[in-house]
Amino acid sequence: MKKIINFTKIALASIFFVSSSFPSIADIKIGILHSLSGTLAISETTLKDTMLYLIDKQNAKGGINGEKLVPVVVDPASDWPLFAEKARELLTVQKVDVMFGCWTSVSRKSVLPVIEELNGLLFYPVQYEGEESSKNVFYTGAAPNQQAIPATDYYLEELGVEKFALLGTDYVYPRTTNKILNQYLIDKGIPESDIFVNYTPFGHSDWSKIVSDVVALGADGKKVGVISTINGDANIGFYKELAAAGVSADDIPVVAFSVGEEELSGLDTTNLVGHLAAWNYFQSAESDLNDEFVAEWKSVMGTERVTNDPMEAHVIGFNMYVKAVEKAGTTDVDAVRAAMYGIKVPNMTGGMAEMLPNHHLSKPVLIGEIQADGQFDIISQTTEVPGDAWTDFLSESAPLISDWKDLGCGMYNKETSTCIQLKSNY
Amino acid sequence: MLKLIKTMDFKTICFCLFFILFSLIITLLSDLIFGSISTNFVKVLGKTLMLCLAAIALDLVWGYCGILSLGHFAFFALGGYLIGMWLMYERTKEIIIQAFAEQLLPPTPSEIKEAIGIQIFGVVGGSEIPSIWIFADYLFIHLFLIIFIPGLLALIFGWLAFRSRVTGVYLSILTQAMTLALSLYLLQNDSGLRGNNGLSGLQNIPGFTSFPQSIISILFLWASTLALILGFIIATFITKSKLGKLIQGIRDDEDRIRFLGYNVETYKLFVFVISAIMAAIAGALYYPQAGIVNPSELAPIASIYLAVWVSIGGRGKLIGAVIGAAFVSLISSFFTSGQIPDLNLGFIIISWVDWWLIILGLSFVIVTLFTPGGLISAFENIYKRSFER
Amino acid sequence: MKFFTKIYTILFFLSLPIIAFSSDEEFKKFISENKSFIHKSSAKTITPIIDEISKFNSIKVEDFLTTWREKKLWYLKEDGKIIKVSTKDKKNYEIVDFFTNKIIGNVGKKEIKQIKPNSGVRAIISSALVKFQLQNKDLQIRKKTFENLARNPKEKFRIPLREAIINEVDPTLREKMERFEKLLTVKFEKDIKKRIDAIFSFKNDLGIDVRGALNQLLETRLVVKKEIPEGTNVSQILIPEFGYLKKSIENFKTFIDDQKKSKFTDTDAYGILVNKNIAPAPISNDKIKEILSSQLEQGFIDLEEIKTLNSLNGRLKVFNELVREGIVEKGISIEEMTLLVKQYKYFYEYLEPSKEITDTVSITLNSINKRVGVFQFIDLTIEGISLASIYFLAAIGLAITFGVMRVINMAHGEFIMMGAYSGYVVQQFITNYTISILISIPIAFLITFFAGVIMERLVIRKLYKRPLETLLATFGISIALQQLAKLIFGTQARPLTSPSWLDGSLVINEIISISWIRVAILFLSIIFTLILVLILNKTRFGLETRAVTQNPKMAASMGVNPERINMLTFGLGSGIAGIAGVGIGLYAKVTSELGADYIVQSFMTVVVGGVGSIWGTLAGATLIGFLQKGIEWFNPSNTLAAQTYMIIFIIIFIQFRPKGIIALKGRAAGD
Repeated sequence: MKKIINFTKIALASIFFVSSSFPSIADIKIGILHSLSGTLAISETTLKDTMLYLIDKQNAKGGINGEKLVPVVVDPASDWPLFAEKARELLTVQKVDVMFGCWTSVSRKSVLPVIEELNGLLFYPVQYEGEESSKNVFYTGAAPNQQAIPATDYYLEELGVEKFALLGTDYVYPRTTNKILNQYLIDKGIPESDIFVNYTPFGHSDWSKIVSDVVALGADGKKVGVISTINGDANIGFYKELAAAGVSADDIPVVAFSVGEEELSGLDTTNLVGHLAAWNYFQSAESDLNDEFVAEWKSVMGTERVTNDPMEAHVIGFNMYVKAVEKAGTTDVDAVRAAMYGIKVPNMTGGMAEMLPNHHLSKPVLIGEIQADGQFDIISQTTEVPGDAWTDFLSESAPLISDWKDLGCGMYNKETSTCIQLKSNY
Repeated sequence: MLKLIKTMDFKTICFCLFFILFSLIITLLSDLIFGSISTNFVKVLGKTLMLCLAAIALDLVWGYCGILSLGHFAFFALGGYLIGMWLMYERTKEIIIQAFAEQLLPPTPSEIKEAIGIQIFGVVGGSEIPSIWIFADYLFIHLFLIIFIPGLLALIFGWLAFRSRVTGVYLSILTQAMTLALSLYLLQNDSGLRGNNGLSGLQNIPGFTSFPQSIISILFLWASTLALILGFIIATFITKSKLGKLIQGIRDDEDRIRFLGYNVETYKLFVFVISAIMAAIAGALYYPQAGIVNPSELAPIASIYLAVWVSIGGRGKLIGAVIGAAFVSLISSFFTSGQIPDLNLGFIIISWVDWWLIILGLSFVIVTLFTPGGLISAFENIYKRSFER
Repeated sequence: MKFFTKIYTILFFLSLPIIAFSSDEEFKKFISENKSFIHKSSAKTITPIIDEISKFNSIKVEDFLTTWREKKLWYLKEDGKIIKVSTKDKKNYEIVDFFTNKIIGNVGKKEIKQIKPNSGVRAIISSALVKFQLQNKDLQIRKKTFENLARNPKEKFRIPLREAIINEVDPTLREKMERFEKLLTVKFEKDIKKRIDAIFSFKNDLGIDVRGALNQLLETRLVVKKEIPEGTNVSQILIPEFGYLKKSIENFKTFIDDQKKSKFTDTDAYGILVNKNIAPAPISNDKIKEILSSQLEQGFIDLEEIKTLNSLNGRLKVFNELVREGIVEKGISIEEMTLLVKQYKYFYEYLEPSKEITDTVSITLNSINKRVGVFQFIDLTIEGISLASIYFLAAIGLAITFGVMRVINMAHGEFIMMGAYSGYVVQQFITNYTISILISIPIAFLITFFAGVIMERLVIRKLYKRPLETLLATFGISIALQQLAKLIFGTQARPLTSPSWLDGSLVINEIISISWIRVAILFLSIIFTLILVLILNKTRFGLETRAVTQNPKMAASMGVNPERINMLTFGLGSGIAGIAGVGIGLYAKVTSELGADYIVQSFMTVVVGGVGSIWGTLAGATLIGFLQKGIEWFNPSNTLAAQTYMIIFIIIFIQFRPKGIIALKGRAAGD
């Protein structure tokens, strides 16, 4: 018995020792909070690699303000509570100055209370459903009005779609996005009976019924378009079934918000040519900056690796952080945050991204058609669209705005002129 | 109660004293006093204690009664959900009332409710408060529900299963199916428990929102310690009693006990329900420390892990279960923390984050093959041998 | 800005000469004048340009439109001149004048830009090309053109289509054209008699375009009038049910036109009146709140009263007081509302004025829809069978090992995954997909067979007496294998591409179709059922296996070596899992988690079907497959719910048949 106790003590002590015995020099510590194992590792490992690449590059330039950047990588293992735990560890034990991380909305919502409590700083690089603005998070991915709404406009105006199938994986991003789109379409005069909504579980593979349901929607003579918020692996089965059913992009186009170069590398795209995706970045974007980035990425990581939208978001976020720290002269969170507003860095798709007081970016919206080589052909590119934290298309969030610069509030009701809450809802 | 205390033998007292001492040391070392243990680590320890309690609960049914439940995390997570509903509702209510206080027109109760609904469910694309949240405003009802609902689920499930004499591997698969069904149900947005998002921000305790997490974490550590000690005492009491002998008899030969005239099903059901309630209480204390509870918590694999912990620690012995849960979960988080330098073997670089699962998996195999009694019996053997010399 | 562009466009077209242009030169001039529209084209604005282009009597027009559609036009950034690019390597682009085909020179990538019409614009171009290409010499082009025409039916195509039908030599295409010509008649013909004939002729046609055209003729709109005018083609008259206003006035919402609603109440009717600005909105709670808020801001309510405003009753009281004082207006009373509702008639009116046509369409559609319903049911059945075959394939290996050895192999899913990955690896070496799939099936079998045998020898053999612990040991192997796969193949899904003859689907008619991959999986499972039945019933090995299944001790005393049999059956079960992996990988995805997705499903199948019997597994898979499809059919918008209900059903099902559908009889059933 005694021995057991001793052993436990030793085990505990060793853990405790390791977790708190890291030196803290005056370097700038950058926490990377991306899953390296579990279901999300597919997408997130790339982002970790991107961050390490960016940090290396910055260090080669001499760091920021003469200080070296030190990456601190942790693995939240696609486990939501672990995201909160690791975020707390990064902030309190490792004492990082900034974090780059998270992928799904749940992981972000799990981290939010921790960083708001400890006043941390997080750069979140993925497109998301909006309806949130935290003082401590900079959202470098697209808000709905930077991805979903322009894509829907494209459907309505360019393709003349009259009937919509909103297919999504059953979680918060598709749910909220579809809710916004539903209201948006109704406002645009599409009757509710012409909007078909379906939710499937993560990793769903049996798509035959759903695809045939979508085809059958055309029975009243209206042009059908699919808006897909299907996430991750499930897309592979979906597109395979779509190709098998012979659904051509000219008959029933599919626009996806979660399918990028990375996801397409898992399947043969010859039968999917012409289907669409909406992002703020495609690897095929034409600019010097992008050519250079793609070339360097491939030389570092291997030629078969592709670049995608969240990677660009991290590049922009990182560059902005560097500029803000240079401007503020310190890594103090409040000072850096104040310095962030209005900072501009070039987009890889051309134009400048600007950090807005609502912690979102202004970025151009791109729509690309899938090509046989798994890349996207950009057929539409808007000018920079400012990201909107609270959508204008839902009655409950229409009066809300976020302005951390002047109003100092992320959930401000314009109508009653009150700040509903300083912390965000999670 | 007296009877309970009477049954406490030396081992149990040691156990209790050890954990009280442990919590005392942690409290002293924590950010509150000496500050050499981070709040984060206190939370990890508090959570580990609750995993230990869940392991005791599983050991009670598996180690003592021979029912391998691979769905105990369903009860565990349900406990988390039930406390989480109250936590979320109350915290949101505080925020809402504060926000309304700035308005000229005082809000009606239904307006407050509506605002809470938008605040909680706006995140997942809804706005109305589903009817299962009807008691979310009352702490005591929810505390009761933490016991009642998982208990009821265990009762119904157990009754159905034991009645039709489903045993052994079949039963294990059925419990897997139960937890899978529940997790799929909770994954649906329409379930009214925020789907895949689950309930989050649970670390903020209503009424204590001004308290720093360093204090809250210590409070929960103590609560967890007490719960674990109580759970251990109750489990010891059950196993030492006549009932305990009976259920061990059922484990060894169910038919024989039945022929002796005992109603085997009732006894099994009783132990199953008690165990489920223990797991639920563990969950109710675990998730406020984790901060978020959602359907992936009760994915089938989580419950299998629990069984593996018990098996590694040594089933049929309550301390074994505790050691297994504490040891494996702590060492797992240690190896996946990404802070251990990679091991370079020359021909291959072993990155622990990647290789840990492989090592863990193979160690399950080795433990089951070579030490059927788990770590505890291995220790005991060493202990005995060193005495014999 | 947009506004000016529009005005500019309009002015520009007004200034265009009305006489048709006739020469290449003028075409060229037109293009160069309108180049900015072509550079960045939008479906909203491009139609007049394309219309004008197709009016030119130049041989270049067709060429221009096709090149444009194929994204092969470029322009010089400097002056916007539209060009073609003949050769391109990374740095140098040789540019060619579109009209003269003369090489202009070499430029860098920066100086030119590709013109990329979006698919909306491409559809418009395709429409314009119809008149040029519907009678093209090349059958493929004719087919393609006809498809484009059918996609976007317009009245102006009727004449070219008729001409094309006369000249068409390919019988199938001609048939399609004739059918489509009739469809155009349904849509656009002025003569009611001809139209009705055309509509009737589609009585047995299941085509989605037919249903589309017919349904469009039945479109209605909601009308509110005091009297129904003479000669209105009424679809449905709505008669409000009274007595609901009182209950719903507090939470009054504006009316949403939803024809699925079962009841039409006076509240709905009043809502319509409010929507159409015929009646004022009633004083709902929201309205009271609005009024009180504005009164508060103006300071009309004293402090004592403000405190009472925290309930609906309190608010109503204060509001009534304000009304009495004459500060705010009184709302409309329920009696007045009812009176207003009664003054109007509410009805749906067909957009199509002719009652004769709408009647014919209704009859025809009814008969089509009946057939559609029947075929949809058949389609659902086929989908159920297909799903069942997938479950069967995933579970049969497990059923064999479970049946013979009473051992649960949690790593079964990982054997499926190994099979899928071996398919992927084989494809890396053999690029011919047909051969690679044929080779990968036996390879997958061999790999997983030996993996199974090794596992049996090293682990499972030692745990026969402790079945519950086998579960944990195999679970350990399962997570180790999964992680190993991640290390080797990465976390990204890998493509396992089916040969091109498995592309597309087997189309029986417009409604019943099933993808060839699923057909192939179905065949695979049928073949395996047969092979297994043969092995188990006709070979020595099968006999011994059955003997061990029924009573291992007795079998051993009869000279059967149960250890050998166990090893081989385990290998066989695992091998089949590997083959299942190839099949599943073809239709879904190949990731390290592929197997984990199927493991619980497979256990369910085995448990429901009954242990140790191929037929039992078949029955179990069929039941689960059909059940899932059936539940999905009832609740099409939520696939997750279907799975939950299915599992609950299984738990309940086992209550009634604890040993599965097909239970072993005799002594073997005794455990």
